[in-house]
Amino acid sequence: MIINGIEIENTFAEAFGMKATRLIITAATLKWAHHAAHAMTGFATSVIGCGCEAGIERELAIEETPDGRPGVAVLLFAVSSKEMAKQVERRVGQCVLTAPTSALFAGIDGGKPINLGKNIRFFGDGYQISKVFGGRRYWRVPVMDGEFITEESTSVVDAVGGGNFLILAKSQIQALHAAEAAIEAMRTVRGVIMPFPGGIVRSGSKVGSKYKALMASTNDAFCPTLKGLVDSQLLPTTEAVMEIVIDGLTEQDVARAMQVGLTAVCALGAEAGIERISAGNYGGKLGQYRFDLWEILK
Amino acid sequence: MNALTFTLKTPLAGDVDLSPLTPSRLAGLEVPEIAALMLRSGRAQIQVASLFQIEGSDPSRIIIKQSSRLLHRIGQEMESGQVVVEGDVGDFLGNGMRDGLIHITGNAGDYAANGMLGGRVTVNGNIGAFAGSGMHDGIVQVHGNAGDFTAAALPGDLDGLNGGTVLIGGNTGDRLADRMRRGLVYVKGNAGAGCASRMRAGTVIVLGACQGAPGQLMQRGTLLLAEMPQLSPTFNDCGIHHLHFLTLLQRSLAKIDSSLPFISTTRVRRYAGDLGTTGKGEILVPASETT
Repeated sequence: MIINGIEIENTFAEAFGMKATRLIITAATLKWAHHAAHAMTGFATSVIGCGCEAGIERELAIEETPDGRPGVAVLLFAVSSKEMAKQVERRVGQCVLTAPTSALFAGIDGGKPINLGKNIRFFGDGYQISKVFGGRRYWRVPVMDGEFITEESTSVVDAVGGGNFLILAKSQIQALHAAEAAIEAMRTVRGVIMPFPGGIVRSGSKVGSKYKALMASTNDAFCPTLKGLVDSQLLPTTEAVMEIVIDGLTEQDVARAMQVGLTAVCALGAEAGIERISAGNYGGKLGQYRFDLWEILK
Repeated sequence: MNALTFTLKTPLAGDVDLSPLTPSRLAGLEVPEIAALMLRSGRAQIQVASLFQIEGSDPSRIIIKQSSRLLHRIGQEMESGQVVVEGDVGDFLGNGMRDGLIHITGNAGDYAANGMLGGRVTVNGNIGAFAGSGMHDGIVQVHGNAGDFTAAALPGDLDGLNGGTVLIGGNTGDRLADRMRRGLVYVKGNAGAGCASRMRAGTVIVLGACQGAPGQLMQRGTLLLAEMPQLSPTFNDCGIHHLHFLTLLQRSLAKIDSSLPFISTTRVRRYAGDLGTTGKGEILVPASETT
């Protein structure tokens, strides 16, 4: 398939089942909600080394937040509910509780409940106050700028992690520009995050390594400097590859984000230096979900 | 199918227990079977047909017309459906109710919604004493006044309101929310003496005035008062603050009834007490945005 001069490889992205939750962080101003959310979702690019993958889903208007203040919705993805509970508690305690004026609420219902502020409340040293409104329990924890309000629990739902596509370009800067355009468009899609820095990853990996201690290593087939050494997947003219990884609450969310991102890249056309679009997979043997590029762009 | 309608034929001579006439208890019964049911009246038993003219056949919707203050235990342990009463009702309305809707166009007697576990009761008129005592969940909305010991513990009980929401459109009598354990009480008008006495937890809102010193011996819980009360010396001033949980409170109330007025600010003065006990309760009074 060729769109706007860009070759769309007949391949698919392979994704996995994950556990996810959505949290709503509010603050006196949107700036401080972002500070708390950025801290909370920092060092959360990959479950391999970070315990979870997390990012800001979108900004919320005051009509959309439980306490009527500006806020952001954050999505977190982990490999299990147990790991999710651990990550949430640790990140809330260090990054949201500490952020000036912040408050924290569950942003998703219907799954398995995990603790949100249930243990964080003990920071109140006995002065914490429980409030149950509309069947939801909140904790008021006295802090130095007033009170930290947190909902007691949030829900963990089944989700999809690891949707992806690769942008192959004639130069590094052109690959970066194309990936940035994709990310900008994909940020409008609800229910997804692109967990890597700026939404883009340049160190795509393959399973395994020549070193026994490593479970993953550089995706040599897509490394332009190794074109003459390995079974390269690149054209002779390809100088850089950027990958976008997508985690979503549902298979449809991931497919929609991929479609929006791929369409944005294709709109730039071959004249922007984009040569080919591919996707990362493991031969379809490991992941529960397959996102066929041709199917998505049909 | 039309709603199953019971119209009282003549004024009652004595109290009648109407607890057998709930949607779930009447489900599957034909009208002649319902007419033959026996109702307790003191030590006597009276046939339904001798008291009521029966029309309609849908037991999931029950209408009681020409009702009387002598009809007690309406909707007791009701599990589903709807009961509408045209007129006044007696005591123990919705007692132990689990789900469904009860609507009273007149007044209700004492002990309404005691031990209620779910559902919704609305009373257009006034309600007697001990409404919502031991209630665990559900909503009770009274458009008129409520008697003494609303949402309070029954004599001998440890807990008053134990969950759910009680909304009073008028005034309440004395000892509102005495020994209340959890849940929400909203009073649009005034509260009598001893408001929130011995309160153990939960939230009480009074938009009118409180007689006497409220919150005596309250252990935990929040008493939000629109007017500055006479304050017991065992409450300490903790200063003025923006407390954003009040927005959560306001929004949860608006979900039940968006027409309910609320205080216009989240900036309140906080008094902690009663320090005669654990002192973990609080009285909140709106403060000026500039003070």
